[in-house]
Amino acid sequence: MTFDAVQDTESAADDRERLRHVAPTGWRNPKPSRLYDLLVIGAGPAGLMAARSAAALGAKVALVERHQLGGDSLNYGSIPTKALIRTARMYSDMRCAATFGATPPADIQVDFGAAIARLRHVRARVSRTHSALCLTRQGISVFFGAARFTGKDAVDVDGVNLRFKKALVATGALSQLPTIPGLAEAGYLTNANLFDIGALPASLLVIGGGPLGCELAQVFARFGCRTIIAHREPLFLPLEERDAAQMVSDGLARDGVEIHLNTEVASVRVEGGRKVAELVIDGNVATTTVDQILTGIGRLPAVQGLDLEAAGIAYDALSGIHVDDFLRTTNRRVYAAGDVCLENRYTNTAQASACIVVRNALLLGRKRVSTLTVPWCTYTDPEVAHVGLYVKEARQRGIPVKTFTIPMHDVDRAIADSEDDGFVKIHVREGSGHILGATVVARHAGEMINVISLAMVAGFGLDALDGVVHAYPTQGEAIRMAAQAYMRDRPARWQDWLARAWVRL
Amino acid sequence: MPSLFKSTPLAPPGKAPGVMAPGDEAMLDSLQHAAFDYFLDRTNLSNGLVADTSRASSPSSIAAVGFALSGYPVGVERGWIGRVSAVDRVLCALRFFSQSDQSGTTTATGFRGFYFHFLDIETGRRVWQSELSSIDTALLIAGMLTAAEYFDAESAAETELRHLADALYRRVDWHWAQREGGAVSQGWKPECGFLNYGWDGYNEALLLYVLGLGSPTHPLTDASFEAWTLTYQWENIYGHDYLYAGPLFVHQFSHAWIDFRGIRDQFMREKGIDYFENSRRATLVQRDYAIRNPRGFTGYGQDRWGLSAGDGPSVEPQAVEGRRQAFYGYAARGVPWGPDDGTIAGASTLASIVFAPEIALPAVRAMVAARAGGHGDWVRASGFNETAHGPVAGGWTSEGEFALDQGLTVLMVENFRSGLLWRLLRDSVAIRTGLQRAGFQGGWLATKASG
Repeated sequence: MTFDAVQDTESAADDRERLRHVAPTGWRNPKPSRLYDLLVIGAGPAGLMAARSAAALGAKVALVERHQLGGDSLNYGSIPTKALIRTARMYSDMRCAATFGATPPADIQVDFGAAIARLRHVRARVSRTHSALCLTRQGISVFFGAARFTGKDAVDVDGVNLRFKKALVATGALSQLPTIPGLAEAGYLTNANLFDIGALPASLLVIGGGPLGCELAQVFARFGCRTIIAHREPLFLPLEERDAAQMVSDGLARDGVEIHLNTEVASVRVEGGRKVAELVIDGNVATTTVDQILTGIGRLPAVQGLDLEAAGIAYDALSGIHVDDFLRTTNRRVYAAGDVCLENRYTNTAQASACIVVRNALLLGRKRVSTLTVPWCTYTDPEVAHVGLYVKEARQRGIPVKTFTIPMHDVDRAIADSEDDGFVKIHVREGSGHILGATVVARHAGEMINVISLAMVAGFGLDALDGVVHAYPTQGEAIRMAAQAYMRDRPARWQDWLARAWVRL
Repeated sequence: MPSLFKSTPLAPPGKAPGVMAPGDEAMLDSLQHAAFDYFLDRTNLSNGLVADTSRASSPSSIAAVGFALSGYPVGVERGWIGRVSAVDRVLCALRFFSQSDQSGTTTATGFRGFYFHFLDIETGRRVWQSELSSIDTALLIAGMLTAAEYFDAESAAETELRHLADALYRRVDWHWAQREGGAVSQGWKPECGFLNYGWDGYNEALLLYVLGLGSPTHPLTDASFEAWTLTYQWENIYGHDYLYAGPLFVHQFSHAWIDFRGIRDQFMREKGIDYFENSRRATLVQRDYAIRNPRGFTGYGQDRWGLSAGDGPSVEPQAVEGRRQAFYGYAARGVPWGPDDGTIAGASTLASIVFAPEIALPAVRAMVAARAGGHGDWVRASGFNETAHGPVAGGWTSEGEFALDQGLTVLMVENFRSGLLWRLLRDSVAIRTGLQRAGFQGGWLATKASG
């Protein structure tokens, strides 16, 4: 057997292993208990977190999954994209070897199949701890099937009635497809089928410049695919600060992504087996011909087919299930968490909201979702990470805000690493060290933001962070440098007094 | 906390003791005079339109006309043009705009009192599918109001000049350009309506808001200025606290006309400084960036800084410190986040003399001295780049001259030397009203116009 053939076989084995864990064929649903303390619908990040926490507390828990355990995050989202990003970064580093004082390989051949094989292996490994058997061992009754509410305290799973004291709906969100004439006929990729394409397309049009669109556009460009990204806003990542969004734009451009901002994709047609997209920019029409189109960037809450009406749970198609600050739905017994009810559609937000539900539903807790401090990150190169308020939000609320900005090009380790694009910006309430929020743009921004998140949750201000000695040299030191800038800027109180006292001596 | 703000005396910055070295006066006069000559040489005398650049087949930019109209009072004061001749030139432009096609069609000159960014210099009609530009119309109107303040004689010509300038200002429908009651749109096109960009974040639109708020006919609402300032970012970078914006021209354009020393809006009152001091700090940040020179460009340093909007090399990428450096052609460059390809806009360094003469004058002297013959082409060209391999040794220099650089030089050097533009516009009812509606108080605004 050739090496390639071995690789193919291993890759198929990896996928089989994952499916054995997350969607085992021939799975027999357990015999239902008379009454569950917590019934969880949806086994994505929120559902898994809630089921495990509740089971650990000794509650009788049922977990119902329609498709695959782990949800989008494990199977089609966070994990597989990050695996691919790592490979793409490797190729980028090889090409930029001279920047790091190394000799670039003479001939860089991109092996897309190897990248996908690694992705499948990574996914299989992560799935080991999320397997149905593993969950069962943790005391959770795992049901595969579609759940429908049949009343205020019961659901039907493929003909079996399950009754609950409390329930959690955590069905996540589904890809929302832009209504572009001709797109459906021409065919397109979404994150659900992207990882099954056999070969790297020669060219790819990415529609939508949100986090996932930017990440994947950069990845494919780094694999050597001619990549075009069309985004209807004037800047990528519309939620992020302008400077951060601009740096992502610069990063994509450096990797050769053809950027079309302020651009609508008006129509798609097929010509000679290729896809021709019509782009409209300020009233001007241009066409581009590509082999593949990637879209489905927007997401809509997955509320269909649950018979929510039967349980008296209010919802709408756009914002999903209606919840209060305690994540209660309009049915007192039923809660919701994650993408199906929250605006921030991130894995960590889903998990954190699930923890709140377990506390509130089972432990008489009064934890509010609005008090969560949740950082997020877009894993482009450089990465963009954020936590807390944006400057504009603070100003809208009438909070005087000041930003301490440390360019990464002032950070010794970033210079040593040749990774000095980006910044740490920490926003404080002016006149105090109280941290309102922060944005980090850096190669490892996702790792760096956690310290600021920790400080915010613990109530540490920049004055306290100044006292936290950091390992030197590290890129994370940028955060302490911001704290030092704050201390230098702070109206000196006791130092003034000390200096005056010293002069008097 | 004691206020950092000290009210600045209204004397021209160049008159402060110890600022000028021997030879500076002659150097500045030569640079300013050469810049003024651009407008004498590059104006179509049949319609007053001014070429955007000195390059062949350049269209006119309405902003260039605005700078020309503002520059004529300087030329008259300095004896570089006669008063009658200057009035003729201003009247020619005002009559053209007054009679221009305002239908807003794809080949019109303007719409609702605004004008398309680029016009055919002969026919005065829209070219390049350019946008109906709110900021460039503001720069044009600022020029008209400046001329109207200066040419105050009772003669028929100067009376007509003032009448036309006032009518053209009143014709601009600023309110229409305000999107959804908030910030002003950057522009409009007959092909697609309003552009998807609003004026937000701190930038040169300060002048636009002042003129729009001061309009007696179609004013912006108070909410427009609030919407704009909501996106301000007050940052501490390299140890300087300032209202952040990357490119230098953003911190300069509005200051060519309006004397921001000692007057403050709500935001600046909170911060304890004024916009003039803010521009000084932004200038210091530019120099601090060039000293750090994070991307390793040739020449950058203590006396070689000034990233702004302007021309740059459009050559193939080349290796710089091991990385592949692209070059961006005409672009708005800024610090500290770029874009930066090693291109300096010398005119922006020169214009910095009003804010920070102690660092700007040495830089200008060095740029003038660095070039053979000392003719100041690094200061006069729209950009130069010592990193990019140009056709001749010593890097790349932008060919010819750009009107906006020359206009900024004429006005800023004049403000530095005599404060003429600031003095004229301090008496403008439109400017005063606009500033007051934007919440500016104190300083010269608290005293009556000198009439």
